[in-house]
Amino acid sequence: MENELRNAIRELLEKQEIDVAIGYGRVGVDGAVGAVFVTSPDDVEQIVWNDECRQNLAVHLTRPEVKAFGKIGIVVKPCDARAVVVLANEAQVDLDLLTIIGVVCSGIKRAKPDGTTADEYYAKCETCVQHTPQNVTLVVGDVAEGEALDAKNEQNAATAGNNAKLAKLRAMTVEERFAYWREQFSRCVRCYACRQSCPMCYCNRCVADKNRPTRIDTSASLKGNFAWNILRAFHLAGRCVGCGACASACPAGIELDLLNLTVSDAAKEHFGFVAGTEFGVDPLIGTYADDDKEEFIR
Amino acid sequence: MNSEPKNTDAFEPKIVAFVCNWCTYLGADLAGTNRLEYPANVRIIRLPCTGRVDFNLIVKAFEIGADAVLVSGCHPGDCHYTAGNFHARRRWNLFRELLDTVGVDTNRVYFSWISAAEGAKFQSLVTEIVEKTREMGPYEEYQSIVAEA
Ligand code: SF4
Ligand code: SF4
Ligand code: FES
Repeated sequence: MENELRNAIRELLEKQEIDVAIGYGRVGVDGAVGAVFVTSPDDVEQIVWNDECRQNLAVHLTRPEVKAFGKIGIVVKPCDARAVVVLANEAQVDLDLLTIIGVVCSGIKRAKPDGTTADEYYAKCETCVQHTPQNVTLVVGDVAEGEALDAKNEQNAATAGNNAKLAKLRAMTVEERFAYWREQFSRCVRCYACRQSCPMCYCNRCVADKNRPTRIDTSASLKGNFAWNILRAFHLAGRCVGCGACASACPAGIELDLLNLTVSDAAKEHFGFVAGTEFGVDPLIGTYADDDKEEFIR
Repeated sequence: MNSEPKNTDAFEPKIVAFVCNWCTYLGADLAGTNRLEYPANVRIIRLPCTGRVDFNLIVKAFEIGADAVLVSGCHPGDCHYTAGNFHARRRWNLFRELLDTVGVDTNRVYFSWISAAEGAKFQSLVTEIVEKTREMGPYEEYQSIVAEA
């Protein structure tokens, strides 16, 4: 699979269909997997594919210094592929300059605090029913294997992983939920790794950094941390694709994916909207229907 | 800080109302000119349109000590900017769910459509919010995170 991916990229570079390939490579001092930018067919050996490919590489697509490369080939997991769709629908990327190289994914594993890989898949992978990337230029890997994994997860997707966690949270009283997040948010150090790792957090200047006037308390106080985490989750409303890059980047282990899931569940329930499934769809927020629900409005 | 005995009789709820300039603000004004009495607990903040009500303002209101928040504007179809309230409505559908998951009491967050002619509706809704909030008591929970550094 890794070789298949390298060959595909080598070919694209040789034929000059792309100027750069953004892929995964062992870039950290300890061999941690991160992004590599490969511009020569001779360097494709740098590219790896394994269950440590945690980042969503689409985050790089909106950066001006990356756009400057010209024609870009990008390696995406199925969930990451949905982020590219959202970026295109928000007019942030030029699809004519993009070759989307989707890899059939069989799940990504958690990192332990010491940086080694735990023998445990991310919760999002437990409920994933799309192991084969959609809306991509080419697919690398065994589609049949991906479909088998889809079928295996389909039976209990609604009740496993984060869906189970969220159901548990919803069963609590509102006070218990507040206490739950109070503990979680108390650990936030406001590093904004969540924001930096998210493809959809592409604003040149984040409201969290604005100080005239200050929108949210910038210190890592509980007050500011509640405001920040509510703000981050809601700015992703109808946009988050559930790739989990934010939650995996968070050094404090805050369950950002649960907050994201709440909003994307609501988008699905109230508006039948799932982000990143189709090109050419208007964003959920920024459009409206005359008959949107309003039973809560007096 | 909480050494004083809790005296619920003395509790006067603080209600922050974000209202649009063109409908609910005029509705509140009408209530005033018609001498319709409503509790003085409500602090009215006038904004151009409900479409301008950033969800963060609701969070901010709780931070500065609101016990309940009201967001109110023109009825659907009547927005001065045509569609501001439609955009707002869609946003609130989702935002309420997020607040609920985070454990912010959505019984303390109200939304309404009140036109310039509905002075009486403004009066009765505000009175109801104040009474209900009085029953619920001060929003100490949110204040506790504000107090903590
Ligand atoms: S990554 Fe985690 S600790 Fe850092 S700002 Fe985001 S939520 Fe807070
Ligand atoms: S908010 Fe997190 S899970 Fe959602 S798209 Fe951004 S990085 Fe991915
Ligand atoms: S002007 Fe009243 S809601 Fe838009």
